[in-house]
Amino acid sequence: MSAATDSAVDPAATAGLAEPLVEVRDLVIDFPTASGTVRAVDGLSFRLEAGGALGIVGESGSGKSATAYALLDLHRGTGARTGGTVRVAGTDVLGADDTELRRLRGGRAAMVFQDPLSSLDPYYAIGDQIAEVYRVHVKATRRAARERAVQVLDRVGIPDAARRSRARPHEFSGGMRQRALIAMALACEPRLLIADEPTTALDVTVQAQILDLLHELRAETGMGLLLVTHDLGVVAGSVDDVLVMRNGTAVERGAVSAVLDDPREPYTRALLAAVPQVDAARPVVLVKQRTGDERKAAVEAPLLEAVGLRREFGKRQDTVTAVDGVSLTVRRGETLGIVGESGSGKTTLGRMLVRLLDPTAGELRYDGRDIGKLGDKALRPLRRELQMVFQDPVSSLNPRRSIGESIADPLRAAGELSDKAVVERVRELLERVGLEPDWYHRYPHEFSGGQRQRVGIARALAPAPKLIVCDEPVSALDVTTQAQVVALLGELQRDLGLSLVFIAHDLAVVRQVSDRVAVMRAGKIVEEGPADAVYDSPQHAYTKGLLAAVPVLDPVESAVRRASRKGLAEV
Amino acid sequence: MIRFLLRRTVSAAVVLLVLAVVLYAVFYLAPGDPAQLSCGPKCSPAQLVQIREQMGLNDSVYVQFWHFLQGIVTGHDYSTGTGTVHCSAPCFGQSYRTGELVSDILVAKLPATASLAIGAMVLWLLLGIGTGVLSALRRGRPTERLLTGLTLAGTATPVFIIGILLLMLFCSVLQWLPYPSYVPFTDDPQQWAWNLLLPWLALALVESAKYARLTRSSMLETLAEDHIRTFRAYGVSERAIIGRHALRAALTPVIALSALDLGTMFGGALLTESLFNVPGLGQKLVQSVELKDLPVVVGIVLVMGFAVVIANAAADVLYALADRRVVLA
Repeated sequence: MSAATDSAVDPAATAGLAEPLVEVRDLVIDFPTASGTVRAVDGLSFRLEAGGALGIVGESGSGKSATAYALLDLHRGTGARTGGTVRVAGTDVLGADDTELRRLRGGRAAMVFQDPLSSLDPYYAIGDQIAEVYRVHVKATRRAARERAVQVLDRVGIPDAARRSRARPHEFSGGMRQRALIAMALACEPRLLIADEPTTALDVTVQAQILDLLHELRAETGMGLLLVTHDLGVVAGSVDDVLVMRNGTAVERGAVSAVLDDPREPYTRALLAAVPQVDAARPVVLVKQRTGDERKAAVEAPLLEAVGLRREFGKRQDTVTAVDGVSLTVRRGETLGIVGESGSGKTTLGRMLVRLLDPTAGELRYDGRDIGKLGDKALRPLRRELQMVFQDPVSSLNPRRSIGESIADPLRAAGELSDKAVVERVRELLERVGLEPDWYHRYPHEFSGGQRQRVGIARALAPAPKLIVCDEPVSALDVTTQAQVVALLGELQRDLGLSLVFIAHDLAVVRQVSDRVAVMRAGKIVEEGPADAVYDSPQHAYTKGLLAAVPVLDPVESAVRRASRKGLAEV
Repeated sequence: MIRFLLRRTVSAAVVLLVLAVVLYAVFYLAPGDPAQLSCGPKCSPAQLVQIREQMGLNDSVYVQFWHFLQGIVTGHDYSTGTGTVHCSAPCFGQSYRTGELVSDILVAKLPATASLAIGAMVLWLLLGIGTGVLSALRRGRPTERLLTGLTLAGTATPVFIIGILLLMLFCSVLQWLPYPSYVPFTDDPQQWAWNLLLPWLALALVESAKYARLTRSSMLETLAEDHIRTFRAYGVSERAIIGRHALRAALTPVIALSALDLGTMFGGALLTESLFNVPGLGQKLVQSVELKDLPVVVGIVLVMGFAVVIANAAADVLYALADRRVVLA
C-alpha cells in the first residue's frame, strides 16, 4: 500500500485509479495568537488509499493533531486559518458548506480523541450519546438508534453492553471509555477512522487492547485508519505507512518497516534513538561506578526502608486500600524503579516515602530510625533530606512566582543562608540542571515542558537531599526531552550520590534508569529484583503481561506479539 | 442520602438555635420596656405590673428564652387577664403591640411573599438564562457588548432605584398599570398577577443580571470543553449541541444558585415589598423592627433562616440530581 507517496502527485499516474480516501495538498494551518500568527502546518501533502493505514508521528507542536483536525475541518469557527486542499471520501473538506461537512463528520469519516473522559458528555448515558450521533446520519427511530448503540458497544468489547449502555462516562474505566468512543465512531460505518493519540492516556495493557481492537476492526470493515501519535511504538504495529512530522512539515515518509528500520533523515534517527527500549539493558554510562567497598556499604546500610507500609483512604465501608503492606528498601546511591498501572498505588507509596502522606500502618525507617509516625515538627529537619519531583511540571510550579523564587523556597525554609547566598545557590542549581542562571527572574509559562521539569529537579536538589522520589517525572514530555531529563537525573545521581525512587508507568523508561525494579499492582509489590532480572526473566504473570503489552518498534515483532496476545486471550 | 438528610437536619437546627439566641440577646439588650410597649402610653403603674407578670418579664432572661423555645416545640398558654389564649406549637409568642399570635401573622403574610418570590424567580430565570445564552453565542459581537452593558447596569443599580423608575414609568407617565396593591391569588388570579408584575420585574431585572453572567460564563466554559468538540466532529448540529449538551451543563450552577436565592427571597424582599406595598413578611419585618415588636421580629427572622437553610439543602440535592457524578454525603 502506498498511502504516503511523494507529495508531488502526478495527475496522469492517478487518473486511472479510484480517488484516494484522503488527499491532502499543500495544507497550511495558521493560528493567530496575541504575539503574531503561528504556522502549525506548512505546506503538507499526503494521501491515504481506501482501506489503508497511515501513521502521523511527531513531537508536541509538530502540527500532527492540527492536521488530523483539518481532515474534518474542525478548525472551522475557531479562528484558525486553513489553506490548500483537503479531500476526504470524495468531499472537498475546506470548501464544503456546513451541511455537507456535517454529513462527512461522523458519517464517512469519524474521529477518536485522546482523552476519552473529557470527550464524552458527562451528563448523558453513553448509549444515548452514540444513538444521538447515529440519528444525525441515519434515518432511524430512537429505539433503533439505541439498539445500534448497544450493537456497536458490544462489538468493541463492552461486556453486558445493553446494561452498560445506560451508564454515564464516569462509571466507565479509561479503557472502556476509549472503547465507547470507538463504538461511537463505528456507529455509522465510516470509511475513514481518524484516531488522535487514542492510547496516550491509557495504561500499556489497555493500550495494547485498544490497538488490537483498531487492528481487528480495520480488517473486518475495510475502513481506512489515520493514526496520529507521538509514540513510534504505537505506529509500528498498527499502520502500513508512516509520516514523520516536525514543525508543520513532513520530514520523512514511507512504509512503516522502512522508516523504522532504516530511517534516512537525521531527525527520524534521533527520534528513534530517544525511544527507550524495554528489552535493552540500562546503558552503562548511567551506572555509578562503585568501588567494592562502596558496594558493600550500600548493601549493608539501606537509606530508606519500608516494612509493611499501608495506606487507606476513606472511612468504614468506603475504605480504599491504596497501598497494602509494601516492604522495600532504597540503598544509598541506587535507583529503585517502581512500575505499575494507574490505580496500582505507586503515587501514594511515593508520597508516603517522603512523608507527604501519613502511613496508616507499617514502618518507615530512614537511616535506621522510624520516621513513619513522626509529627510535623520532628519531621522538619528530615524534610530537606527527602525531596520529590512531580509529574506535571506545569501545575507543580507556582505560575505567579519566578522560577528562581520557587527554587529558593526550600533554601529559605531552611533559613541557614543569607539572601545573597540563596540567590547564588539558585543560580548554581539552574546551571547544574542545564538552564541559564540568568533565567532566575523568568516565570514558568516562559519555559517548555522539559525546561520546567528541570526547574522542578533544581528545586528538589536545592536543600541537598539524600533521596529524591520522582513521580512520573518524564511522562508529560516528548521522547527526546524525556531522554534528556532521564540523562540529567542519572548524571546528578552519579555526581551527588543521590538515592532515587523513580515511579513511572512506562516500563522502558524505568528500565533505563533503575538498578532495581519493583512491580506494583493493586497496592502490593508483586515482583521485585535487579532491573535486568525482572525484565529479562519476569517471574510473576502480571509482569509478563505488562511486558508483553509494551509496544515495540519492530513491525514484524509487533505482529508476532499481537498474535500471541490473541492466543492468550482465546485460551 | 439518609446520612445527608440527617446531617443537614442537625446543622439546620443548630443554625436556627444560634439565630434565635442572637436575636433574643439583641432585643433584650435594646432599650425599651416590652410591657410598656404592650400596654400603650396611657398605662397605669398597676396595669404595668400586671402585664409584666403576664408576659413573664419578671423571670430571668434564661427562663424567658427557655419558655420561648418550649413554645416552639410544645405550644404555650397566655393569660390575658380575663382568660387564657392557647398558642399551639410552633408558638413564636404574641405580638407586643396587637396581641396577635406570631404564627398567625406568619401564616397571613407568607402567601404574598411566596407569590413575589416565586414569580420573580420564574422571570429572572427566563431573563437571565436567555440573556446569558445569547451573549455566549454572540461572543465578541455588538449584541454581546450591549447585553454585557445592560447586565452590568442591572447589577449596579439598587432594586429600589429600579423599582421607583418602573413605578414612575408604568404607573405615572404611561399609566399602563395601576399603583400596585396586593390581591390574593385565591381572590382573583388575574389581578394578582397584574398587581405583582412591577415588583416581579424590579426583582427580576436586578437578579437576572447575576444569572446572565453566570449562564454566559458557564456556557462559554462548557462550549470550550472536549465533549462539545466530539459532537461537532460527529456532525451534530450546532442547535442540538447548544440545546442538549452545552446548556445542560451550563444550567447546573444556575439551578443551584436559584434555589439559594429563592430561599433568601422567602425571607422577604424587604425593600421591594415596602416599595410596592406587598403585604408580605419583609414589609411586616420592617414595621415590627420600628415598633420594637420582638416576638414578631424573631418569628419572621427564624422563618427566613429556615427558608435559607432549606434552600441550601435543596440546592445541594438539585446539584446532585443535575450532575450524577456528585455524591451527597
